[in-house]
Amino acid sequence: MKIGRIVGTVIGVLVLVGIIFTAYAWITVTHTGNEATPSASTGTPADLPSQVARGEYLTRAADCEACHTVAGGRAFAGGVPFKLPFGTIYSSNITADAETGIGRWSDDDFVRALHAGVDKDGRPLYPAFPYTSYTALSRDDILAIKAYLFSLPAAHAPTPANDLSFPFNQRWAVSMWNALFLKKERFQPEQGKTEAWNRGAYLATALGHCGECHTPRNVAFAMKNGEALAGAELQGWKAYNITSDKDHGIGSWSSQELIQYLSKGHAAGRGTASGPMGEVVEYSLQYLTPSDLSALATYLGDVKPQQSGIPVRPASMPSTPPSQAVASASMGEQLFVGACAGCHLDNGQGRQSDYATLTGIRSVRDPHATNLTQVILHGTELNVGGQRIFMPSFGRAYSDAEIAALSNYVVTHYGGQSGALSAADVAGRR
Amino acid sequence: MIVLSINGQDTQADVPDDMPLLWVLRDVLGLNGTKFGCGMAQCGACTVHLDGQAIRSCVLPVAGAVGKKITTIEGIGDTDIGKRVQQAWLGIEVAQCGYCQTGQIMSAVALLAQKPSPTDADIDAAMSGNLCRCGTYVRIRAAIKQAATGQATLPQTIA
Amino acid sequence: MMLRVDHVPDEVELENPARRELIKRGGLVVAFMALGGGSRVWGYADHGPVPAGAPEFAPNAFIRVGRDGSVQLVMPSIEMGQGAYTGQATLLAEELDVGLDQITVEHAPPNRKLYANPLLGEQATGGSTTIRYCWKTLRDAGAAARYMLVTAAAQRWKVDAGQCTASRGVVTHTASGRSLPYGELVDAAWNVPPPDKAPLKDPKDFQLIGKPLRRVDTPGKVDGSLPFGIDIRVPGMKVATVQASPTFGGKLASVDDARALSIPGVLKVVKLDNAVAVIGEHFWAAKKGLEALVITWDRGANGAFTTEQLFKDMANASEHGTPIVAREVGNVGNVKGKVIAATYQLPMLAHATMEPLNTTVHVRPDACEIWVGTQVPARCVDVAVKVTGLPAERIQVHNQYMGGGFGRRLFEDSVEQAVAIAKQVDYPVKVIWTREEDIAQDRYRPAYYDRIAATVDDKGRPQAWTDRTTGASVMAVFAPPGMGKNGLDPDLVECAAEIPYEVPNLRVEWVRHDMPAGVPVGWWRGVGPVHNVFVVESFIDELAHAAGKDPAAYRRDLLGEHPRAHAVLDLALEKSGWGKAALGARQGRGIALAAPFGSYLCVVVDVAVSPQGEVSLLRAVAAVDCGTVVNPNTVEAQVQGGLVFGWSAALYSGITLKNGAVEQRNFNDYRVLRLNQTPPIEVHLVPSQESPGGIGETGTVMAMPALTNAIFAATGVRLRTLPIDVTALVQNKDALKAAVTEATPASPHVSVTPGQLGRLA
Repeated sequence: MKIGRIVGTVIGVLVLVGIIFTAYAWITVTHTGNEATPSASTGTPADLPSQVARGEYLTRAADCEACHTVAGGRAFAGGVPFKLPFGTIYSSNITADAETGIGRWSDDDFVRALHAGVDKDGRPLYPAFPYTSYTALSRDDILAIKAYLFSLPAAHAPTPANDLSFPFNQRWAVSMWNALFLKKERFQPEQGKTEAWNRGAYLATALGHCGECHTPRNVAFAMKNGEALAGAELQGWKAYNITSDKDHGIGSWSSQELIQYLSKGHAAGRGTASGPMGEVVEYSLQYLTPSDLSALATYLGDVKPQQSGIPVRPASMPSTPPSQAVASASMGEQLFVGACAGCHLDNGQGRQSDYATLTGIRSVRDPHATNLTQVILHGTELNVGGQRIFMPSFGRAYSDAEIAALSNYVVTHYGGQSGALSAADVAGRR
Repeated sequence: MIVLSINGQDTQADVPDDMPLLWVLRDVLGLNGTKFGCGMAQCGACTVHLDGQAIRSCVLPVAGAVGKKITTIEGIGDTDIGKRVQQAWLGIEVAQCGYCQTGQIMSAVALLAQKPSPTDADIDAAMSGNLCRCGTYVRIRAAIKQAATGQATLPQTIA
Repeated sequence: MMLRVDHVPDEVELENPARRELIKRGGLVVAFMALGGGSRVWGYADHGPVPAGAPEFAPNAFIRVGRDGSVQLVMPSIEMGQGAYTGQATLLAEELDVGLDQITVEHAPPNRKLYANPLLGEQATGGSTTIRYCWKTLRDAGAAARYMLVTAAAQRWKVDAGQCTASRGVVTHTASGRSLPYGELVDAAWNVPPPDKAPLKDPKDFQLIGKPLRRVDTPGKVDGSLPFGIDIRVPGMKVATVQASPTFGGKLASVDDARALSIPGVLKVVKLDNAVAVIGEHFWAAKKGLEALVITWDRGANGAFTTEQLFKDMANASEHGTPIVAREVGNVGNVKGKVIAATYQLPMLAHATMEPLNTTVHVRPDACEIWVGTQVPARCVDVAVKVTGLPAERIQVHNQYMGGGFGRRLFEDSVEQAVAIAKQVDYPVKVIWTREEDIAQDRYRPAYYDRIAATVDDKGRPQAWTDRTTGASVMAVFAPPGMGKNGLDPDLVECAAEIPYEVPNLRVEWVRHDMPAGVPVGWWRGVGPVHNVFVVESFIDELAHAAGKDPAAYRRDLLGEHPRAHAVLDLALEKSGWGKAALGARQGRGIALAAPFGSYLCVVVDVAVSPQGEVSLLRAVAAVDCGTVVNPNTVEAQVQGGLVFGWSAALYSGITLKNGAVEQRNFNDYRVLRLNQTPPIEVHLVPSQESPGGIGETGTVMAMPALTNAIFAATGVRLRTLPIDVTALVQNKDALKAAVTEATPASPHVSVTPGQLGRLA
């Protein structure tokens, strides 16, 4: 789900080709930046005494597994394809296998990979790997992660060769981009903020790398630091504005709602984590301790408000279920009562679980229905708290016009917006 | 050990919380009238009532049914509406292979409990989540009308 | 006691029937005939001496009269929704003179000698033969039993049997007013010599046949008490679910079951050559266990196969392959004139019965018991013998009600697999396929690639007709002896070789193009006709349009001496209001006419097509002549259901292969018609004294061309590929860019259709 970033990166690179940073880039590429003194607030829960246990916790907080594990495959053995318009790259095997994994990497090699975005041989990694965020991690935390990975069974699984066309297969271009945009700085607690705030900041910016999806990017596709977490769109999904703005962000959410959403993937009347965010909850956030969740909520609640994206207007719900209102059903309603109401209920309240509640949630209050159409097209799955919450994909068997009609129906009836998607809009999102 | 209220009786079952109600009913309690069709709430064969509302038991973790009144096809005939719907199903000869029909009946009863005189659109909305591969839909519509109105919609030349 | 009744052959002589006659009955019939069909002694086995005080009167394999007066009828066909039990029970009960409310029915055990379907030569249910094959034999069986019961009563009263009547299980001597229920005649009836031939009722005296009787199996289907195969519970039974290689011909390479075995309730992981199963305390444990396996497959030779490749190969075979001529009339090469040609493509199809495949098996050292709903019980014994090595008499198959068959349960692959799984444990196992497995491991209706052409005269009438179909043979895998001497699979040309239209020069041929080894094919509701009638009836529509004629009038004009075809055509036109009321914009009315399975049907369908190309069914009218009707209630239900099944396939269904595996998984992507998409369907019957024709598959056959012809009428777009591609029906580019609003294409509403049962009276 980080493909968009790569596309943008490459565009950025092309913009910069010819700029004279080449030499500078070559010199600085493998330098990891200056190590800061670890701060108390960047520590991990105190009840995790061993390095391996800390490492497991941090590995989850850094959400490594989502990208490094194929569905149904061995954990961390890599091989997840990231399909780009100009080819495919694969995540690498980060188990301790000597031949195909990172078994021969030294501590310094591993730290350098996360701080500088280069592999054991010093070759730049593609920024689908979020080293632009991990660069802020402390060396201790990185080594704990490594210790955990090395404690797991090694999996012999060669990473498939990337299949990129020229010039996108030229890794030096990434070096130049790094030279411009990678700030190799460790996390520093902000003075005057609480310990919880700083812990939350470390979780959000370094470990959880929220900004990689939620922060808008500039023309060279680097994160715009002035607009942190103001929302962005990538791979057809909206990563919503999660700043503290009340209308555009999550400023009106209670701390409890935020914690509920982050740990369970659902907050009543707010939303259900789907697609890429569902993966984050499944692999990462549900494992955070209550104090870390609270810290994260503290930090997010204090992120500078930004007024970008779609304001989340209060929904005006139809007072009666639509089937009573009209004599003959629209295509959207016909489809909804057939394929959707089984779980969502014809009034959108959700009958199978809270997760199926549609009424008022953010994705149905977006008149463009960006995430809604993605969920309909591709389905979604969330394994959280020992439960599997899923929705099947409808993209294969339902036409563009049908999905447009269904989206418009849902947005109109359960989001109080006026949906106006066309068949062509949906075709563009497949 | 959890306790479920099924067809008016408290029933104990030693099952994991995430086990769908369908399999608790079928494989643990032996209530086989509720059917497995798809496992993803797309076909409606597993429909039962939870506090009177039709739900798909194949995707409902059993923990979500604790403390609520579960009604299955085995118990629906004890209600007035259930009896009428079953009679209409017999009268109109809806069933072919019959596999989906218990789920169809559960959806129909839930509809009539909420809307005693459903319009055609109401019937469409309530019944379109239940698939039937034999294609008995025309008669399902007719049977619901008959159950609602008490008037035969099919010439009752059936002996 | 030996009971032997020479029954009257059905319809036509069954021994050495002419091939032509066989082809008319359908490919499935041919398939089974070739396997030894045509047995004249059916349902009558040597009983040996009757034990004194036998608990019941059992003059043949179908009838059991108990001392308490109960009447049990043993059903040679199986019930999968088509009304077999009701229809067959009606035939027996009619001549036995009992009411359907007085009998109970029971599944027949596997026994080819007693219960083989003579039209199929096998104990099997399919090919729309259920009534056709036993129309006379079951009545004979009932009449013989009645004769013996009545004679027994007459002997007791010392009166002439001719003065006695029977009704509702009671024999009455009219003159004296004495009467005896059947139950009191059990012993006496055993001692009556069976008749050489008991007289059958005059059709005008029928009490049951032709009446819309209630089905015998409905009550248990309405209260949930009737058990299907999946509902079987055997003491000590565990539940398994299974995944076979997603590629056909692939093998299990390795499986890591550590995670699966740690799941509570998971008992065992069973490895087969090409599949892996997890056995659990209940289905949920088994399913979670299966999901937790890390499986590596050896994908096999078809690991890269795709549907695109299949159609490319079929197109090539159609062009360059060697055709087998099925029928040639005149000389198509001599005809000059305007040529109209078209190519049609039909997809692979899955059955998706509502009840996913399942089998319960208990393998013991000395015996094997199987509980399964199957269309071929005797074949299930065969595969159990193969897997267990036990002799056939140690295998017991308990047949069960089926949650849909549609041809899927004519194959015993899932039974063979279940026996192989159960063989590895000592307790009974119920193997249930997930829906995903059911769709990914079906025996698929093969894809077809058909090139059809006509040379027309100046009035647009075809003077030469060539129809070359290309596709795989199901017969070749299902019943190889069923292939003709010249290698022809008659299923491929059923309803193409014989068409109701007069064409002076005609050549119909088939190019055999089998699927890659291991890609399974199977019978699917409608078999050969469902494919050929779509092509022929679409193409006739094309010719009518090219000739500038009304499609119905054009058909009537071409119909030869087929009074029954004329009758259904006229009835359908009258009932549908053909040519009368004008339809709205982008609405259309289509027609199809054919004679599949020994019946005649004409179906008219109205549709509306949205600007974006979405199709809504508005109304359908079917006119049916299926000969003598045993139960009009069933006929109406089968035609309605068959139409829905066919529309589902035409609108949505198609199995596609990618990297050698089926892409569809469940009802979210193998879509079928829902209630709110189903239009009112009227079924009108033509009264007939002819022998019964088939009915179960006819609606499906008619559904597809009637629908696409209606779409043509609505849009001017001829759809030659199924399933329907809505992008071909888009009105214009603006329609795609316009917001799809709440406005709806004329919705198929919906006054409840009463059906037409009353019209028979």
